[in-house]
Amino acid sequence: MTTIISSKRSFFFPEIVATCLIAVVAIGAVPLVGSDYLMDAVLTPFLALALAAVGLNLLTGYAGQVSLGSAAFLAVGAYAAYNFSLRLPALPLLLDLVLAGTIAAAVGIMFGLPSLRLRGFYLAVSTLAAQFFVQWALTKFGWFSNDNPSGVIDAPVLRIGSVTFTSAAGRYLFSLGVVTVATLLTLRLLRSQTGRNFIAVRDHEVAAKVIGVPVLRTKLLAFGLSSFLIGVAGVLWAFAYLRTVEPAGFNLDRSFQILFIIIIGGLASLRGAFVGAAFIVVFPLLLSRVGAALLGSLFDSGVLEMSQRIVIGTLIITFLIAEPRGLIALWDRGWARLRAASGKAIET
Amino acid sequence: MTVFRRMKIALGAALALGLAGTVAQADEQFFPLQSYRVGPYAAGGTGFFGGFIDYLNLINIRDGGVNGVKLTWDEGETQYEVERGVEVYERLKNRPGVAAWNPLSVGIAYAMIDRITKDKVPLITINHGRTDSTDGRVFPYVFPLLLNPYSETSGIVNYIASREGGPDKLKGKKIIVLYHGSPYGKETIPIYKLLADKYGFELEQIEVPHPGNEQQSQWLSIRRAKADYVVLRGWGVMNPVALKTAQKVGFPADHIIGNVWSNSEEDVIPAGDAAKGYVAITTQASGAEYPVLQEVIKTVYGAGKGNLDDKKRIGSVYHNLGIVNGILNVEAIRIAQEKFGKRTLTGDEVRWGFEHLQLDPARVEALGAKGLFHSINVTWDNHEGDGRVTFQQWDGAKWKVVSDWIAPDWAALRPIIEKSAAAYAQEHGIKIRTSGDDPVGQ
Amino acid sequence: MFDYQFLLEVLIGGLLSGVMYSLVAIGFVLIYKTSGVLNFAQGAMLLFAALTFVSLVERGTSFVVALAATLAVMIALGIAVERAVLRPLVNQPPITLFMATLGLSYIIEGAAQLLWGTQVHGLDIGVSDIPFDVGGVFISRFDLFAAAVAGSLVALFTLFFRYTRTGLSFRAVADDQFAALAVGLRLPRVWAAVWTAAGIVALVAGLLWGARLGVQFSLSLVVLKALPVLVLGGFDSIAGAIVGGLLIGATEKLAEVYVGPLFGGGIEAWAAYVVALALLLVRPSGLFGQKLVERV
Repeated sequence: MTTIISSKRSFFFPEIVATCLIAVVAIGAVPLVGSDYLMDAVLTPFLALALAAVGLNLLTGYAGQVSLGSAAFLAVGAYAAYNFSLRLPALPLLLDLVLAGTIAAAVGIMFGLPSLRLRGFYLAVSTLAAQFFVQWALTKFGWFSNDNPSGVIDAPVLRIGSVTFTSAAGRYLFSLGVVTVATLLTLRLLRSQTGRNFIAVRDHEVAAKVIGVPVLRTKLLAFGLSSFLIGVAGVLWAFAYLRTVEPAGFNLDRSFQILFIIIIGGLASLRGAFVGAAFIVVFPLLLSRVGAALLGSLFDSGVLEMSQRIVIGTLIITFLIAEPRGLIALWDRGWARLRAASGKAIET
Repeated sequence: MTVFRRMKIALGAALALGLAGTVAQADEQFFPLQSYRVGPYAAGGTGFFGGFIDYLNLINIRDGGVNGVKLTWDEGETQYEVERGVEVYERLKNRPGVAAWNPLSVGIAYAMIDRITKDKVPLITINHGRTDSTDGRVFPYVFPLLLNPYSETSGIVNYIASREGGPDKLKGKKIIVLYHGSPYGKETIPIYKLLADKYGFELEQIEVPHPGNEQQSQWLSIRRAKADYVVLRGWGVMNPVALKTAQKVGFPADHIIGNVWSNSEEDVIPAGDAAKGYVAITTQASGAEYPVLQEVIKTVYGAGKGNLDDKKRIGSVYHNLGIVNGILNVEAIRIAQEKFGKRTLTGDEVRWGFEHLQLDPARVEALGAKGLFHSINVTWDNHEGDGRVTFQQWDGAKWKVVSDWIAPDWAALRPIIEKSAAAYAQEHGIKIRTSGDDPVGQ
Repeated sequence: MFDYQFLLEVLIGGLLSGVMYSLVAIGFVLIYKTSGVLNFAQGAMLLFAALTFVSLVERGTSFVVALAATLAVMIALGIAVERAVLRPLVNQPPITLFMATLGLSYIIEGAAQLLWGTQVHGLDIGVSDIPFDVGGVFISRFDLFAAAVAGSLVALFTLFFRYTRTGLSFRAVADDQFAALAVGLRLPRVWAAVWTAAGIVALVAGLLWGARLGVQFSLSLVVLKALPVLVLGGFDSIAGAIVGGLLIGATEKLAEVYVGPLFGGGIEAWAAYVVALALLLVRPSGLFGQKLVERV
């Protein structure tokens, strides 16, 4: 697609314009005019989930290994970062973040080991072991939550050097920074030999082996890197968004939610992870507000909520039928058409 | 950040001016409700929030509000999920005249503690919540009214003692606690240990993994251990399954004592006959024979404004908990109004009301709730308010009260609570209040 | 002294619980075998069937009529799913189909609660659960009944697949979709039949589990118990689902009682997965699964 229209790039350089625009809006305008509600309840969870989706996309979209245990790695990241900040208060927060990601990566590699033998749904279901084991361990061993009687952890203040991020805007900007850096690094990685190895393993494992791709190592690396990103997303979820988390919050539904994001957004697309996250976070909120405004006087909130469930389920199926490659494919098609139209306009 | 903030305030002010016409009238008090009418815990949510809304409606219809101040509310569905609860909090917190938050969810309550403390609005966690928030010196805005988890534990042990004929008879008895595999379930483990040491009964605590739809192995262990009593610290589907599996291994239902989350109709009806004889703790009796319930039926349901779809659920455990929660919220506002004036109060003023929420049995009777609940005595440093508990037995069709109003052993529990609260205060840099007149908030 | 009687009791209890897991797993297998879909909506279907049945009974319908009506609803649901979801998604990768069934589970759960409310119901199917005492070992009457039901269900399916035309085409499709198409079998019809069969399994499993747990939202969570059974037995083998269920049930209970205390208990939630995984490392397609190189 890109090759066809690249000749028009000199006139219509949308990537650069779009990126700059998004950056200006995200950094400048949102914290200025956005309400606390927008940043605290919409944008910050969006960013955390988008990063988790980037992580899962690395594993599922690029390396072709399905995981149903993403929420477990979110939890590992969150609880690891909490323990680093609690037990080694001298460490700067950003280092905690990286260390938490590393722990999540280690756990991810451990639960990725079955991938060396298993494929498809056998692998997917076996990753559920991570889901249940991690939740059990975090609940069982009080040490992880500093013996809080309810297993709940409270986030420390977000601080880089002498700057603290305590307001809604601050937490949002902190998340934005972390997500941007992590996404850029992922992008770089995907364009390297490692990224090409991922795709080779996904597309044809045997062929990949023949051309000399270290399949086993690549798979484990995919699990590790993916879990690293999801772990960091877990830190954002716990520290920047909810600020008080319990193990029960990282349940199977959360894993499915992240899987939904990458499928709806588009497999093997980083932009897809963001578009998908926006859909999954914003759409239910929008739907419930519209539903309540239009029909709230007629039905109670339970009826509305159940109807929304039906609507969301229907939409998901409709999307999968209309465009199995995800929202991002729809977007690209629309974009291409727009460009073709504008290109024609210039020519004539 | 400061530049941003200043510009935002300016922008916000401009917006507020533009919207000034839509601001609510001055004499309303608003209850934001983080309800859950869908999902695994919907049965509890519809009952509790139904009861709460029914009582608020009763006050509006019968009395025209609290001293003329109308009560209003708005619901946001949470499905019992923390992040949805937080979303609803962020959405509704800026409504004018917010009185108090009543989430009826431990997870959501925990996530709100920092937020409501900063915003200076009370958070009511009736019958549940964070035990150490009983210490109002550290948690000025959090109120685990009537019963915190530790008091519940002590109440249950005291009840078993009374059935055995006195605390000294507990010695050598074997009590097994079957708890839900979650932080909620584990919270009372040290307290049962403490009480086992104090009274000399043998104790075993067995975990049931979430959601608890399989308990064969746990109950076989219980049978092998020849337990005298089983305390059921359950949750959702775990409760009926426990009762059914108990029957399967031949353990008598009347020696199973349920805790406060295992005490509703929803917990026993699915178990059918296996639940007959099962006993559970409660802070509020069930049944619709109390005058306040009769007034709700007459005034609210009579006017077609009742919140429950199924009128058979009027007077059920969760509905009555909602009614009692309504009484406590409304009385806190009434008490605060006496000090601050009969107008819309701020969250901080309502907090003062809760800290002086003292309803003796006579006042409870005047409110039409004699026998529904006993009394409450909240002070600035005791946010639980010394609630009494009673025990009900399921006869196959309804709950029947089978005990007096029992007092938990508050004095023994207070030091543990204070220690935990002090640790929290230190961790969070909170100044411990030394009197009720202390300014609160960081 | 080691308590062998207790061991026996745990073992029998575990095997009987395992039958209950198998019952749920069979519904998955039917669909996976013919269309390669891991149908996550099976739990929602189970809830929907049980809720419909119990609500009809509570509204005064007789047992038999309610059963027939629920059966009709499940058949309609099966056909509708084939029309609206499977047919448009034919030839999509398995993961897409899996996601579609997740979406489907939202719809069914939402519809079930919208129609019948969120109340918790008791379900009495007329089998009391007073245990047999066999030489000091308690055996649950209800679980025996459930095992008998599961057994006859499997027998019925076997007869059906062996001796009816639809059954034979089902097997043909399971063996080789393309070959089946080539000889002129109508895939959509087979799929509709299979989803209907899965609906019937959901109804039976829903009633039995509903009688054990009560009919309520968490009924849909029993699928989590079926997943390790599937991994162990193989996604495409009914025999595997039965043997896998028995194995998982027994090891899970034994592990909880004898290994659990070492970790402080409550290991049941993941022990089943560990057992399944350990076996998979030796046999990557489960005990009875076909060895297929497949990709998600």
